[in-house]
Amino acid sequence: MNVETSVRVEDKLFYNRYLVDVGRPHIKVRAHTKPSPQLLALLKVCPARCYELNDKGQVEVTVDGCIECGTCRVIGEPTGDIEWSYPRGGYGVLFKFG
Amino acid sequence: MIEEKFDAIVVGAGMSGNAAALAMAQRGMKVLQLERGEYAGSKNVQGAILYADMLEKLIPDFRDDAPLERHLVEQRFWIMDDRSHLGVHYRSEDFNEERPNRYTIIRAQFDKWFSSKVREAGATVLCETTVTELARDAHGKVIGVRTDRRDGEIHADVVVLAEGVNGLLGTRARLRERPKPDKVALAVKEMHFLPRETIEAHFNLKGDEGVVVEAVGTISRGMTGMGFIYANKECISIGIGCIVADFQRTGETPYGLLDRFKRHPSVAPLIEGSEVKEYSAHLIPEGGYKAIPQLYGDGWVVVGDAAQLNNAIHREGSNLAMTSGRIAAEAIVQVKSRSHPMTAANLSVYKKMLDDSFVIKDLKKHKDMPMLMHTNSQNFFLTYPQLVSRAMQNYVRVDGTPKAEKEKVTLKSFVNARSWTGLFGDALRLARAWR
Repeated sequence: MNVETSVRVEDKLFYNRYLVDVGRPHIKVRAHTKPSPQLLALLKVCPARCYELNDKGQVEVTVDGCIECGTCRVIGEPTGDIEWSYPRGGYGVLFKFG
Repeated sequence: MIEEKFDAIVVGAGMSGNAAALAMAQRGMKVLQLERGEYAGSKNVQGAILYADMLEKLIPDFRDDAPLERHLVEQRFWIMDDRSHLGVHYRSEDFNEERPNRYTIIRAQFDKWFSSKVREAGATVLCETTVTELARDAHGKVIGVRTDRRDGEIHADVVVLAEGVNGLLGTRARLRERPKPDKVALAVKEMHFLPRETIEAHFNLKGDEGVVVEAVGTISRGMTGMGFIYANKECISIGIGCIVADFQRTGETPYGLLDRFKRHPSVAPLIEGSEVKEYSAHLIPEGGYKAIPQLYGDGWVVVGDAAQLNNAIHREGSNLAMTSGRIAAEAIVQVKSRSHPMTAANLSVYKKMLDDSFVIKDLKKHKDMPMLMHTNSQNFFLTYPQLVSRAMQNYVRVDGTPKAEKEKVTLKSFVNARSWTGLFGDALRLARAWR
């Protein structure tokens, strides 16, 4: 009942349809050397696991699989850790069912 | 740049935006609706349940052609621990009626249909257009919007902000605050497909009958949250949501929770053999009455999730969205019909009308519930479900222990876990918040 690491989010995102706006990510992480607690929380709370640690211990975001819930905005925007916009019209996740 | 000026611009094509655009267009207003998705519905996520009464007020004969899934004949409420559930089920033949009261729907399909009605009523609907900013005059009055599609501004007498829970425009323009992590829940959901007959067999349904399961307990691991299972025609919506601040505090992952919920022995057989076709996530406003922001101003009103109009206790949202959209439209039409300007003072009639409706009355009734649930999440979502499960097992298992002794054990387990003061306090607090 507790094999959480076995959940492969990438497999879940594979069901979804996206139109990626290449080169224009709608979320940006502010440059940092040591991530804030808010940024570190995003590694786990993001339902699409868009946030990862790089080998320098900094938090990076890859928005291709983003399902646009806004959770990271609620946590990370007040501290200035991230900048959050909606994707340009027509881009991003395209829900078939919703 | 669009040279023409509109009576109203509606930002967003979800439940509240479609309701507002439709109600205004039906009354002859010149309406422009802007939606960032490929089509209305392509960005919208909900369980989802449709409440007929609120839609009938806009489209009385919606049953003729709306894409409805199943009408609900049964509500199941489960209190779960890791291996069990205690259920309260209400099923009635009365719900098999001529004009059913609640339906399951699939939002992307439903919203597309809803949007077609908005167009038929005469509104201009522009999709694939993200509104980036509100346009304001020198006095700060909202006079239109800027989008990512066209240069310049599109003007209107009034802008209806139906931009959803995560509405950026309103917060950027400082009309309201960004939702706080303890006032919104993050829910994740999967769509599980199965043959119709299989779903009907799994849930004891026939024809278009439907059922909703809502579950609390150890599935949320001490966080304030809830799991849900909705039976659609050929698929099952299954998901779980918890308060964002709780995720932040515990480091639990939303997909980890969903996976545990799906593997629970009470849940797994319901979705057995299914094929998953979509994974989605969405924020849900949970702050209730106390989180409602300023609802109107010079040249603007806000409706639906963007205004935090969600009844977390009764899990109603789309009906509040639809109703607030309709009432905002009626208020705007009233101001316009008197040839008055769309000032804050004149648009305040929207709030007055909303205050008189079930929307604000219901939220006001439960104004203390969100905080109570959140500050006592360990007790209400972990300790009590475990106690209740043990009590039930103790009650039903026949093992030669005298009943009086069994009851003593159960009572002792409650008192040990919460103490007499705690038990009475919890009951009192709950009763107070509920009344």
